[in-house]
Amino acid sequence: MSQSLISMAYIAAAILFILSLSGLSNQETSRRGNYYGMVGMAIAILATVLNPSFTAYGILIIALVVGGFIGARAAFKVEMTQMPELVAVMHSLVGIAAVLVGYASFMDTTSTLTGSEKTIHEIEIYLGVLIGAVTFSGSVIAFGKLSGKIGGKPMLLPARHWLNLCMLIAVIVLGYMFLNPSENCSCSCVGGLIPLLIMTVIALIFGVHMVMAIGGADMPVVVSMLNSYSGWAAAATGFMLSNDLLIVTGALVGSSGAILSYIMCRAMNRNFISVIAGGFGGGATGGTAAVIEGDVTPVNAVETAKLLLEAKSIVIVPGYGMAVAQAQHAVNEITKLLRGKGKTVRFGIHPVAGRMPGHMNVLLAEAKVPYDIVFEMDEINEDFPKVDVSIVIGANDIVNPSAMNDPTSPIAGMPVLEVWKSHITIAMKRSMASGYAGVGNPLFVMENTRMLFGDAKETLQAVLKELNANS
Amino acid sequence: MKIGIPKEIHEGEKRVAATPEAAEQIIKLGFSMAIESGAGAGANISDEAYREVGVEIVSDVKALWKNSDLIIKVRAPERHPELAVDEIEMLAEGANLISFIWPAQNAELMKKLADRKVTVLAMDSVPRISRAQKLDALSSMANIAGYRAIIEAAQHFGRFFTGQITAAGKIPPAKVLVIGAGVAGLAAIGVAKSMGAIVRAFDTRPQVKEQIESMDAEFLLLDFKEDGAGAGGYAKVMSKEFIEAEMALFARQAMEVDIIVTTALIPGKPAPELITKGMVESMKPGSVIVDLAAEQGGNCALTEKDKVVVKHGVTIIGYTNLPSRLANQSSQLYASNIRHLLTELCPAKDGVINVNMEDEVIRGATVIKEGQITWPPPAPTLSAAPKAPAAAPAEPAAVEKKQEKKGGGAIKQLLPLLIGGLAMFAVGAVAPASFMSHFTVFVLACFIGYQVIWNVTASLHTPLMSVTNAISGIIIIGAVVQISAKDNNCVVILAGIAVLAASINIVGGFLVTRRMLEMFKK
Repeated sequence: MSQSLISMAYIAAAILFILSLSGLSNQETSRRGNYYGMVGMAIAILATVLNPSFTAYGILIIALVVGGFIGARAAFKVEMTQMPELVAVMHSLVGIAAVLVGYASFMDTTSTLTGSEKTIHEIEIYLGVLIGAVTFSGSVIAFGKLSGKIGGKPMLLPARHWLNLCMLIAVIVLGYMFLNPSENCSCSCVGGLIPLLIMTVIALIFGVHMVMAIGGADMPVVVSMLNSYSGWAAAATGFMLSNDLLIVTGALVGSSGAILSYIMCRAMNRNFISVIAGGFGGGATGGTAAVIEGDVTPVNAVETAKLLLEAKSIVIVPGYGMAVAQAQHAVNEITKLLRGKGKTVRFGIHPVAGRMPGHMNVLLAEAKVPYDIVFEMDEINEDFPKVDVSIVIGANDIVNPSAMNDPTSPIAGMPVLEVWKSHITIAMKRSMASGYAGVGNPLFVMENTRMLFGDAKETLQAVLKELNANS
Repeated sequence: MKIGIPKEIHEGEKRVAATPEAAEQIIKLGFSMAIESGAGAGANISDEAYREVGVEIVSDVKALWKNSDLIIKVRAPERHPELAVDEIEMLAEGANLISFIWPAQNAELMKKLADRKVTVLAMDSVPRISRAQKLDALSSMANIAGYRAIIEAAQHFGRFFTGQITAAGKIPPAKVLVIGAGVAGLAAIGVAKSMGAIVRAFDTRPQVKEQIESMDAEFLLLDFKEDGAGAGGYAKVMSKEFIEAEMALFARQAMEVDIIVTTALIPGKPAPELITKGMVESMKPGSVIVDLAAEQGGNCALTEKDKVVVKHGVTIIGYTNLPSRLANQSSQLYASNIRHLLTELCPAKDGVINVNMEDEVIRGATVIKEGQITWPPPAPTLSAAPKAPAAAPAEPAAVEKKQEKKGGGAIKQLLPLLIGGLAMFAVGAVAPASFMSHFTVFVLACFIGYQVIWNVTASLHTPLMSVTNAISGIIIIGAVVQISAKDNNCVVILAGIAVLAASINIVGGFLVTRRMLEMFKK
C-alpha cells in the first residue's frame, strides 16, 4: 500500500469519526453513528497494518485477538448500572497505552531528527507520557471511587495546592533535564530515561491526588474530564509520531470531552476552570449546610399506591438510589400500569443525576421505558405546578430547594428539579442521610412531601403489587 | 378550663364557632365545653350532635357567658338584641375571648374589652407565616367567599357559564374577570373555571401571575413596571400612573366580560374604587358584578353594602356575609382553625391555655393580654410569600457581583486572548514547518469536536462518552507503527502491550455503545 493510499485511508477514517460523533447527537442517527466509528477504526488499523514496512503480524494478531476478546466480554457482561466504572477503566487503558507508546518512541533510536525538530519530538514524548500517566492513574482512582472500592468522600491533603504546584515545578525541571541530558553520561538514551521515569511517577501521583480530592457527587464531571484527557493523550502521541490521524482523532475526543464536562459543570453551577485544574467539589467553600428541622411525614406502599391511583399527572425523578437498588425495571412496570390507566407519566432527568452524564437515561432505556416520555430538567421544570404526584427515587441534591433559596448552601445556584411545586411529592430514600454533597434537604420536611423509606426496588415492588391488587 | 360557645347574634350570621368534630378534638385537649342551645341551627347542626361528643347544652345565655373561662365566637362581641345587654358585659372578668375582632377598625370595642381585664385573641390578627397557615381563619373564610361569589353570580346571571354547541344553537361561554388574586380571587377563578367559563384575572402583584396561570386562567398583563407587593404578602397602594393604566385596562375589559368579581383590599385602608359608574354603564345588560370588598366600601362605585341592586341593567352584589351563606362549610373550617389555635395554646394538653407571648403566632393573635392592649404586634419576620423577602436581600448582592464582574470582566476576557496570541507567536517563531502542519490539523480538529458535540441531547451523554472512548483507542495506530521495530525488543514489547490495552478499549467501547443504543427505543 503506497503512502498516499494510507493518507487517503486516514482521511476517510477521520471523516468517519467525525460523522460518528455527530451521529451520536441524536437518537435517530445514533446507531448509525456507532457503526461509522467501527468502520473508521477498522479502516485506520487496516491501512496501518498494510504499510509495507509493517512486519510483526504475529504479535499484532495475538494482541488484537486477546484484547478484543477481553473487551467484548466486558461489554456484554457489564450491568448498565456499572457503566460509569467500565468507562473509567477504559480511559485508564488509553492512558497506559499512551505511556507505553511514549516510552517505545523514546527508545526507538532509529529516528534521525536533529535540532529543533528533535527537541520538539522530545517535548512531544514528554507531554504524551505525562498526560497518559495522569489519565491512567486518575481513571484507576475514578474506577475505585465509582465501584465503591475507595470511599466517595473527597480526600483533602493539607496544602494540596502547594503540593500540586511543587509537582508542576518538578515536572518542568525534569523536562529540562530530559531535553538536555548531562554530558558525562555515555548514552543519551539512558541519560534521558531517568528524568522521564521520575516524571512518570510524579504524573501518576498527580493523577491519584487529583481524583482523590474530588467528591462523589462530582463524578459525572470527572468521568467526562478523564475522557477528555485520554483524547489529549492520543493527540500528543500523534504529534510524537507525526501521525495526523492520531492528532485529529485525539483532538476530537479531547475537545468533545472538554465540552461535555463544561456542560456538566454548567448543570451543577461549578467553575469549569477549577474542574480542569482538579481538586474541586470538596464542598469546603462557603457556608455551612442548613440544618433541617421539622417532621417528616412517612407513608407506606399502600398509601403510595393510593396516591398514585388518585393522581392524573405523575412525574418520576430518578437518582443514583435507583441505580444502586437496580429498581429501573420495577419503575418501568409501574409506569406501564399507570399509563394503561390513562394517567400521564413522565420522567424528569437532572443532567447530573447518577454517577456519569446520561446515566439515568441509559438505565431507563435498559428497562425499556420509551424515551419520548423521558424529559430533561429544562423541559419539565415549568410543568411541576400542574403535576399531581412527583416521585423522587433515591435522589437528594438534585431536588434540593436550598439550592435556589439558600445562598449559603454549598450547592447554591445549582439548577434543580422543582418537585416541591407539585401537589404531593413522594420521596423514596433508604434513610434520612444527606446526599453526596452532605447538605440537608428541606424538601423532606415540607408539608406536601411524603417519605417512603426502604430499598427502592423492594418498596417499588410492594407499590406495584398494591397497584395490581387495586386494578 | 371551661369553653363556652354562644349562638351568634349578628343579623344574618349563621356560622357557629365549633362543630361537633372540632369539639371532640378540643375536649381531647383536656377542656370541657358548653354550647348555647340552638347555636348550630344556622349551620344545620343539631344540639343532639353536640351532646353526643360530650358538649354540655346550655339554654341560659347569661349563665353560659358567666361560667366560661374561655368564650369562642365568630363575630366580635356586640349588643344582644333580645337581652338588651352587651356581650362584653356578660363576659366574666379575667376570662378569655377568641373571635374576629378587627382591632384597627374597632378601637372602642378594644377599649371596652381592655376595661374588662380580659385576654383577647383575634382570629383576624393571626400572623401570615407558614406555620400559622392551619389557623388562618381569614384564608379559610376568603376561600369560601370566593367560591360563593361565583355561585351568587351564577344565580343572577341569565346564561350558562360553559359554552355548548347544541341542536338548538351555539352558546358562547361566559367571560369572567377576577380582580385581585388573593385567596378569595383564586378560589373564584377555580370555581368559574370548573364551571366552564373563560376566566381572566388581574393583580397588582406580579408574583401571583404564576398562581393565576396555575389555575389555568389568563393573567391580564399591564404594560407597566411596578411591584404591588406590600408587607405580609398583601397588596399596597399603587402610584397614580399605575392606577390610570389599570383603569384603562378595566374599562376595556368591562365592555367585554359578563361577570366581574372584585376582591381588591389593602389592609387598613378603604377598598380602592376600580369599577366606575361609566364602566358599569358600558357593560352588557344582564352582566353581574360581585363585590367582595363591599364591607370596606366596595371596589365598584355603585355597590350597596349587603344588598343586590340592578343598575344600568347590571346586577351588583354587595353581600358581606358570603361565608355565612355557606354556613356549614365555613363553620367547619373556622372550627378547625380554632382547634389548631387551641392546640398551639395548650401544648401540654392539660386543658389550660397558656398565652405564651414568646411564640410568634400567639403573640400576633393576642390583641389584649389581661387588660393590656398588645395590638399591633411587632412585624412578623417571615411573610406568607417567603419568596419576596428572600429575593430582596439577595438581589443587591447579585447586582454588586455583576458590577464587580464587569470591572474584572474586560481583563478576564482579554487575558486568554493575549496569552493565546503570545503562545501562538512563540510557537510560530521557533517551530519547524513540519510541526506547524500538524499543529494546523490539531487546532482545526479541536474546533470540529467543539462544533459536533455542542448539540448532543443529554440523554445520549453516556453512549457518546463510550463511543469517544472507543475512538480514543485510535492510539493503537501509534503502537502498531512501532511494533515492527526490527532491532529493539524492548520497543516491541512495550508496543505489544499498548496494542493489547488499546484493542480492549476499542472493541469494548464500540460493543457496549451498540448494546446501549439498542436499548433506546421509542
